[in-house]
Amino acid sequence: MSLLEVTGVGVALAGTSLLNNVSLNVGRGQVVSVIGPNGAGKTTLLRAIANDLQPHCGMVELAGQVVASIEPRRRARQMAVLTQHNALDFSFTGFEVVSLARGPHSTGAAMDRRICREAMEAMDVAHLSERLYPTLSGGEQQRLQLARVLAQIWRAEDADGRLLLLDEPVTSLDIGHQHQLMRAIKTFAATGVAVLMTVHDMTLAAHYSDTVVVLNYGRCLASGRPEAVLTESLINDVFATQVSIVPHPQTGKPVIVGC
Amino acid sequence: MTASLRRLRPRVITAAALSLCLLASLVTAIALGAVPIAFGDILAALIGTPLDGFSGDIVRAIRLPRALLAAGVGAVLAVCGAYLQGMFRNPLADPSLIGVTAGASVGASAAIVLGGGVLGAVGDLSLVSLGAFAGGLVAVWLVYRVATGINGTSVATMLLMGIAVTALAASLTGLMDYFADNESLRRMSLWRMGGLDGATGARAVVMLAVLALLLISMMRVSRGLNTLLLGESQARHLGVDVERLKNLLIVLVALGVGVSVAVAGSIGFVGLVVPHMIRLCVGPDHRALVPLSALGGASLLLLADTFARTIMAPTELPVGLVTALIGAPFFVFLLARHRELIR
Repeated sequence: MSLLEVTGVGVALAGTSLLNNVSLNVGRGQVVSVIGPNGAGKTTLLRAIANDLQPHCGMVELAGQVVASIEPRRRARQMAVLTQHNALDFSFTGFEVVSLARGPHSTGAAMDRRICREAMEAMDVAHLSERLYPTLSGGEQQRLQLARVLAQIWRAEDADGRLLLLDEPVTSLDIGHQHQLMRAIKTFAATGVAVLMTVHDMTLAAHYSDTVVVLNYGRCLASGRPEAVLTESLINDVFATQVSIVPHPQTGKPVIVGC
Repeated sequence: MTASLRRLRPRVITAAALSLCLLASLVTAIALGAVPIAFGDILAALIGTPLDGFSGDIVRAIRLPRALLAAGVGAVLAVCGAYLQGMFRNPLADPSLIGVTAGASVGASAAIVLGGGVLGAVGDLSLVSLGAFAGGLVAVWLVYRVATGINGTSVATMLLMGIAVTALAASLTGLMDYFADNESLRRMSLWRMGGLDGATGARAVVMLAVLALLLISMMRVSRGLNTLLLGESQARHLGVDVERLKNLLIVLVALGVGVSVAVAGSIGFVGLVVPHMIRLCVGPDHRALVPLSALGGASLLLLADTFARTIMAPTELPVGLVTALIGAPFFVFLLARHRELIR
């Protein structure tokens, strides 16, 4: 059985249907990317899984338990969420922001400090420990927030089954940090974490994901291995554009080229 | 949450400096006045040694209760300011600016009109406090409901709601003046004129009890408040029961502001200035911010009150005038600096 099981989820807000009968599974150690055009329902799907929105039908289960019924602190030890907007006007230091992640745990100050430091190293933000958050650039803030959500579910022994939800984690990063971050997520997943993220860059998604899910108009159009799902006809159709797909010279994974 | 290295030294230094400052302002507040009292005499009076003349009585019956009341009110207002700013995730929230003080005043006036004078001094104090608490509660709840949506708090809406609530409060107080009989009118105007000069031992004890309650509650809410600064859904993802935390904070703020309005009248800007200065020194972590704000608020109001009653002696200025004189320019400065934050 998969760690995260989403079955037939539907979400409607103010009479508009945002998600319609969406099902997907993410297993331990698996990286799944959701792609789709703006307004396809990607963020809504993550919010429904994170229990920010109540689906009007269908079910979201984490390690065999309905997500909404898990006690909040325990849920926080099992599931970490990175949302798109993380406005913070107060002058916390980088390290303080990351260490907020250890709130739901009772692992002791020394262990918390070590975990935060390791998570910050994984995200290449160790040098921002003593800097004030509002003085950092958008990309640096994004990487700090990522280090925070990693620190929240860093150790396997703190929870039975860990899920990481990321809403566009690479959007404001430079290409070097995009790949560094994706590699870090991949390494993190290999420790037994299920990762579900939304990504706009399909080449990046194809390179690092085990499974790609295509969403449009709140419906799941396709899901499977990147090579199988990402075809020219599907992408042209979903995004109303013209793309070419060529194999990557070294890895053979699909590279999506516009026009 | 773990404190980072750069925070430790400033925290220790600020705590030590503020403790000294509080002690010094307490001594100054007791020593200065129509009859100057020597330092040695203060100590003697406090431990109960009989003194020549009236010095002992002045210290024990007049200056000490007033100093304790001023310190208590200042500390409570500063803590309430820190709580409000954390809850609204906004450094510009202050009990007087967002209308909580005005709401509490209406509640206090209503309590005087409806039931004043029948319960004796202590009963009256608790009735007026209860009324002020209820009025403050309605005001915070209303402002919070209107100003905060899923995307956070809008500063503009928050401040405009403050104007609306204050205007409504002014008209309600006016109406009560209009319909009150002579006896309640007299009581209301007496209460409105009263500031810290109405200090009694009983009022000081009530205020310090509320302060103790706020400081005890701090251990329950600080961690949650720190997480709440990241955002409401972020806090929820970190296992914080956000609704419960907010309800608790609303009740605590209404209690603190309500009782301080009941015992000392409207005193503005302490809740804005103090937490802001403390945050500049030690950062936004509420586990340091809240207790240090209490120390800072107590010192500030003690000094302001000592200034207010000695500068034009024997005439006393209302202490609210002095705090507004410091606070209003500070608020303008903050507005100018945070212009980009005001959406």
